[in-house]
Amino acid sequence: MSTLVLLTVTGLGLGALYFLVASGLSLVFGLADVLNFAHGLFLSVGAYAAWWATGRSGGTTVSGLAVALAFGAAAGTAAAVAVERIMIRPLYGRPAHQILATVGLSLAGVAAVQAAWGTDARSFRQPASTRNVWHIAGAAVPANRLVLIACAGIVLAALAALLRYSRFGLVVRAGVHDREMVTALGIDVRTSFTLVFALAGAAAGLAGGLGGIYFGAVSPDQGSALLIFAIIVVVVGGLGSITGTAVAAAAIGLFQQYVNYYALGLGDVCVIAVLAAVLLARRERVAGRVLA
Amino acid sequence: MSGPTGQLLCVAGLTARAADRTLIDAVTFDVAAAGTTVLLGRNGAGKTTTMRAILGLAPTAGAVTGAVTLDGEPIHHLPTHARIRRGLGYVPEDRRVFPALTVAENLRLAEQSGIRPRYDLVYDLFPELSARAGQRAGTLSGGQQQMVAIGRALLRDNRLLLIDEPTKGLAPRVVTQVAAALERIATSVPILLVEQNLAVVRRLAGDVIVLTDGHLAYTGTTTQLLQEPGLTRSLLGVATSATATGAPS
Repeated sequence: MSTLVLLTVTGLGLGALYFLVASGLSLVFGLADVLNFAHGLFLSVGAYAAWWATGRSGGTTVSGLAVALAFGAAAGTAAAVAVERIMIRPLYGRPAHQILATVGLSLAGVAAVQAAWGTDARSFRQPASTRNVWHIAGAAVPANRLVLIACAGIVLAALAALLRYSRFGLVVRAGVHDREMVTALGIDVRTSFTLVFALAGAAAGLAGGLGGIYFGAVSPDQGSALLIFAIIVVVVGGLGSITGTAVAAAAIGLFQQYVNYYALGLGDVCVIAVLAAVLLARRERVAGRVLA
Repeated sequence: MSGPTGQLLCVAGLTARAADRTLIDAVTFDVAAAGTTVLLGRNGAGKTTTMRAILGLAPTAGAVTGAVTLDGEPIHHLPTHARIRRGLGYVPEDRRVFPALTVAENLRLAEQSGIRPRYDLVYDLFPELSARAGQRAGTLSGGQQQMVAIGRALLRDNRLLLIDEPTKGLAPRVVTQVAAALERIATSVPILLVEQNLAVVRRLAGDVIVLTDGHLAYTGTTTQLLQEPGLTRSLLGVATSATATGAPS
C-alpha cells in the first residue's frame, strides 16, 4: 500500500512537471499554430535562472526558494517573448520554417548552456522543508513532490480562470477553434500571440525551477528531455485544451511511474507506445493541424 | 455617407489566385450606399472568394491583388481586422459560430472597445438569443446559429454588411425569418449579399452582380435580371418565373 501511495504521489509530481511544460506548448500551438520545438529552451532558461538565484537569494530558505522560482519564471517569460518577437513573428503561417527555426534554436540553446555552465548537472539548492519526507498512509513521500503538485494546481486554476473570465481568454478560446473568424470580428489576434508566448514561457520557466527541486539538479538537456514528454501530453490531451492537458499530464506521469516500478523500468517506452496509439487513432486530426 | 458617385464600396481589378489557379479574375464592381446588392453565380463562380478577398481573407497559399475602397478610402492594404474596424461587418458562409462558447460569449467577442455594442438591436431582431444566452452555440439549431452569426456582425456600427449565403441549409420557415430580418437590417445598413435562393434575392435585392467562372458577367438590377429568363438560364443555370423560389442547380 505504501509503495502505491509513493508511486502515486511521485507520478503526480512528474505529471505536474509535464503539465507546466505542456500547458504553454498546447496554448501556443492551439492559438498560433506554432509547434515550438524551442519550448524546452524556456524551461532551461528558467532552470538555470532559478539555480543562479538560489545561490544569491539563499535558496535554503522557503522564501529564498520562492524568489528563485519567481526569477526562473520571469526569465522564461523574457526568453519566450524575445523568441516570439524576433524569431517566430516573421514566420507565422510558414510551419516548415517555424519547425526548422525552433529546432535550430533548441539545439543552439543547449550548446549555449553547455558553453556557459558546462555539460555536467548542477546541484540545485533547496530548503530542508522540501527535502524532508512526509508520511502519508504509511509511505515516506518527498515533500518536493507535493510542492510540484501544489504549484501545478495553482497554475491550472489561474490559467483556467484567465481563459474563462478575461477578454484575452475569450479570444484564445475562440481562436483555438477558428482563428480566421476571430480576425473577421475585428480582433487583431497576433497581439494575443505574444501574451500566449509569455504565459507559456512563465509556466516553462517555473517548471525549470521546480524540475531543479524534483531532480535535485539542473542540466543542459533537461528542457529537451521534458519537451518530448510534454509533446506527448499535448497530443494525448488535445491541442489547445488546458483541462485535457492537465488530465493527460497526470495520467502519463502516473502511468510512467507505475510501469517503471512494476515492469522493470519500461515506463518511458510504454509512454511512447501510448503516443503511437493516440497518433494512429487521431492521425487525420493531428496531421491536419500540424500540416495546415 | 458614400463616395462621390453614390457608391459605398468600389472593387477594381480584384484577382485571387491559389495553387496556380485563378479563382477570380479582375473583378470590378461598385456597391451602392443603400439597400441590398446581391452577388450571384453558379457554384464555384467565385462569389465567396470575392467576398473573402474584399475582407482580406486570402485563399489558402494564395494571393489577392486589386483595389478595394470603402467610402473613397483604400482598404486593400489593410489586414482583415483593420478592414472590419473601418466598418465592414461579416457573416460567413456556414455561420462559423464558436461552438464551445456560449451565445453570450460569441456576441461578447464581437464587441469593440470604445463603441457601445448594439445589443438592443440584436435582441430586438432575435429575441431568442437573449433567452439562450447561456447555451453553447454548438448545441443550437442551424437557424439559431445563423442568428448568432448575424447578431455578432450587428453589434458594431457597420457601414456595410457582407453576408454569405445566410439561408443555406435552413428550413423554409427559418429562411423566411432570416429574410425578414435581413430586410429590416437593410433599411439601416447597406448589405452585399451572396445568396442562392432566388425567392430571397427577389425579396431583398436592388442591384445585382453576376459572376461566371471567376469573371464579372452582369451588373444591373434584380428586377431586370429575373425578368429575363434567357439571361438567368445562361448566367445562373436556372429558369425563373414570377413565382420562382428555387436555388440554381
